[in-house]
Amino acid sequence: MARFGMVIDTVRCVGCMDCVAACAVENDVPAGLCRDWITTETSGTFPALRTEIRSERCNHCDRPPCVTCCPTGASHVEPLGRVVLVAKEKCIGCKACLASCPYDARFIHPEGYADKCTFCLHRVTRGLDPACVAVCPTRCMHFGDLDDPSSEVSRLLRERPHHALLPEAGTGPRIFYLT
Amino acid sequence: MSEWTTTRANPLVDPALHVWGWEIPVYLFLGGLVAGMMAISGWFLFADRHRRTDSVAHLLPGLGLALLSLGMLALFLDLEHRACAWRLYTTFQPASPMSWGAWILLLVYPALAAAALLGLTPALRRRLPALAGLADRLRADARRVRAVAAANLALGGLLGIYTGVLLSTLAARPLWNSALLGPLFLVSGLSSAAALVHLVARDRAESELLARADNRFLLVELAILALYLAGLVTSTRVHAEAAALLLGGPWTAVFWTGVVGLGIVLPLAVQTLAVAHRIRHTAVAPLLVLGGGVLLRIVFVYAGQASRWPPA
Repeated sequence: MARFGMVIDTVRCVGCMDCVAACAVENDVPAGLCRDWITTETSGTFPALRTEIRSERCNHCDRPPCVTCCPTGASHVEPLGRVVLVAKEKCIGCKACLASCPYDARFIHPEGYADKCTFCLHRVTRGLDPACVAVCPTRCMHFGDLDDPSSEVSRLLRERPHHALLPEAGTGPRIFYLT
Repeated sequence: MSEWTTTRANPLVDPALHVWGWEIPVYLFLGGLVAGMMAISGWFLFADRHRRTDSVAHLLPGLGLALLSLGMLALFLDLEHRACAWRLYTTFQPASPMSWGAWILLLVYPALAAAALLGLTPALRRRLPALAGLADRLRADARRVRAVAAANLALGGLLGIYTGVLLSTLAARPLWNSALLGPLFLVSGLSSAAALVHLVARDRAESELLARADNRFLLVELAILALYLAGLVTSTRVHAEAAALLLGGPWTAVFWTGVVGLGIVLPLAVQTLAVAHRIRHTAVAPLLVLGGGVLLRIVFVYAGQASRWPPA
């Protein structure tokens, strides 16, 4: 069974926010809300400073706390690609999943249900990349099966140094940043 | 050193999580209070106090039903997708404390109703003869009475612990990430219920009995709070930073003055003197305990949401 993930090259990312705009349009995300966003982190001590620009979203964790805390089963792991999704017709809007996510990747849709990145599964099932990956002008985003050793994402993770966000939280994030 | 900026500005999440407002502390307090009332009801049923007309055993289950319904209303008001609330009862999710809570609450109502039936007052018996007949049939069999008592004790314990476990399993908020939160909320609920009985009991011996019990609950609550803070401070950096919210950070004054000082230490001192017959029993100590119980939930719900893992 596939295990979808994303690999993002922070050396190439310029923070143009095309991924954010593409997601909003593709998924009809209401104004003022976002399923993905740009984070800029500057670390070090002057003059030895380093800036990393990252396109961030739900990490579709291997051990998703948002799924285990959900009282109705609305938050679930989809068999296809083990993507974490929300069945909006089952969601009661209790917000436990928002509180359980160490990445604060979820929000409440104006219709009352918890919402977040879906890896554009509706596109992936048609053989397309997620909208954010498809529009990236620097081609810094890569999507694929982390369990397939021949996939581009697996190759990049073998060949390039990388990190995930908050691995110490123990949720098993599946978005990796090349450095 | 690290500087971090984001383009994300989602309501309820940014700049810091604030998904739960007044409704959740109110629900957690009322849930804990009713849990304590059920435990005391169970104890009184085992002690046959429901047969005495002046006992508070007549009042507790009915009042518990009303207070729990108020708490459930607060919880319902907090939901963002209220039309789907019935979905809670179409499934059981064993890993979700909220799912456990939903089903526990469903069992709590009949247990409380049975205890209310056993403690039906003479006035209500006259007004509601059908219920009086049912109550007599229930009272006639000692095994049934013991079963109702045991159910109230057990479900009261489960309900009280669940209100703390609900928060403690949300590991993304380090202030909540302690297994001691369940016992803390349980003993706080027991203390609040004991204070309520101390306040409303007409029988002086009963009032004094619960004041003595409350003193023990307050001592245990203090000990659990100390262990809880020690556990956080000696844990990882994120947990120590979360504890700092209560140890020098923005929630320090309200926690130490309101929850610990006015909500536990002062009523403990007043009630210790009262049960030693050095001063008169007044409403001051139990009211302070009840206020402290509300404040404990407010501090934990709000400060917990302010605690977080570092951005990356």
